[in-house]
Amino acid sequence: MIEQYLPIFVLLGIAFVLAIVLATLSRILGPYRPNRNKLQPYESGMDPVGQAKDRYSIAFYLVAMEFIVFDLEVVFLYPWAVRFMDHGTGTFLAMVIFIAILFIGLVYTLKKGTLDWDMKNLKYDATKK
Amino acid sequence: MGLESALGNGFLTTKMDTLVNWARSNAAWPMPMGLACCAIEMMAFAGPRYDAARFGSEVMRFSPRQADVMIVAGWCTYKMSHAIRRIWDQMPDPKWCIAMGACASTGGMHRCYGVVQGVDNFLPVDAYISGCPPRPDAVLHALMKIQDKIKTEHSVMLDS
Repeated sequence: MIEQYLPIFVLLGIAFVLAIVLATLSRILGPYRPNRNKLQPYESGMDPVGQAKDRYSIAFYLVAMEFIVFDLEVVFLYPWAVRFMDHGTGTFLAMVIFIAILFIGLVYTLKKGTLDWDMKNLKYDATKK
Repeated sequence: MGLESALGNGFLTTKMDTLVNWARSNAAWPMPMGLACCAIEMMAFAGPRYDAARFGSEVMRFSPRQADVMIVAGWCTYKMSHAIRRIWDQMPDPKWCIAMGACASTGGMHRCYGVVQGVDNFLPVDAYISGCPPRPDAVLHALMKIQDKIKTEHSVMLDS
């Protein structure tokens, strides 16, 4: 059992050693001249503003959740859509119910104001400090 | 060379500088500083027809931390020059710079108060490309010039 995984461990070992060797080589062979400008955070050449771990609007989280839901919906729909003529009406109805449940969820979240980007409606506004 | 006769066939002796320069010159990743219409030609330079991948420069790095060659493509205002200079400063050594097109090289037709008359006013430019805009093969030519320049450098002995 464990012998079957030996090549994977060998590959992991080679990758680990190679990464260390390449990083060390470039550090030895290449010039290293740190200065204030070089060590600054990269903000497309502008002055960095605020912290990297800043707070941002909760609306992004809800949009991400909806994206995952519809992403999974497409994942389930595609294999079915390729062969949907071969399957009967039972499968078709099952998929319709599946989509309907997700649609109800979408209506619910829209009512909750997921895509309502007007920040005045939110109780807590992260854009205001 | 005595070493080659001792090692026999299948071995190649070289200098460390040559090896490092060979590696560097064939992996010169560009930092695309696309400022104007030259940037469109720069995209064609990286695309499949002109294929910068033949020279190891297909990886356009949009972070200066991973870039070797800055291609300044387009006219540069005084306001933008500060940002470009900082991005150049943030690129790790060793680094090279291409001024692409008439505007980046000399200011071109933008003979006015707001435009820097050539990015070599604030950047150490290695290769200039003429043209308005230059053809992508001219960018390849500049890249080959940079590669030739890298191959003449004493990279390990004097610069590490």
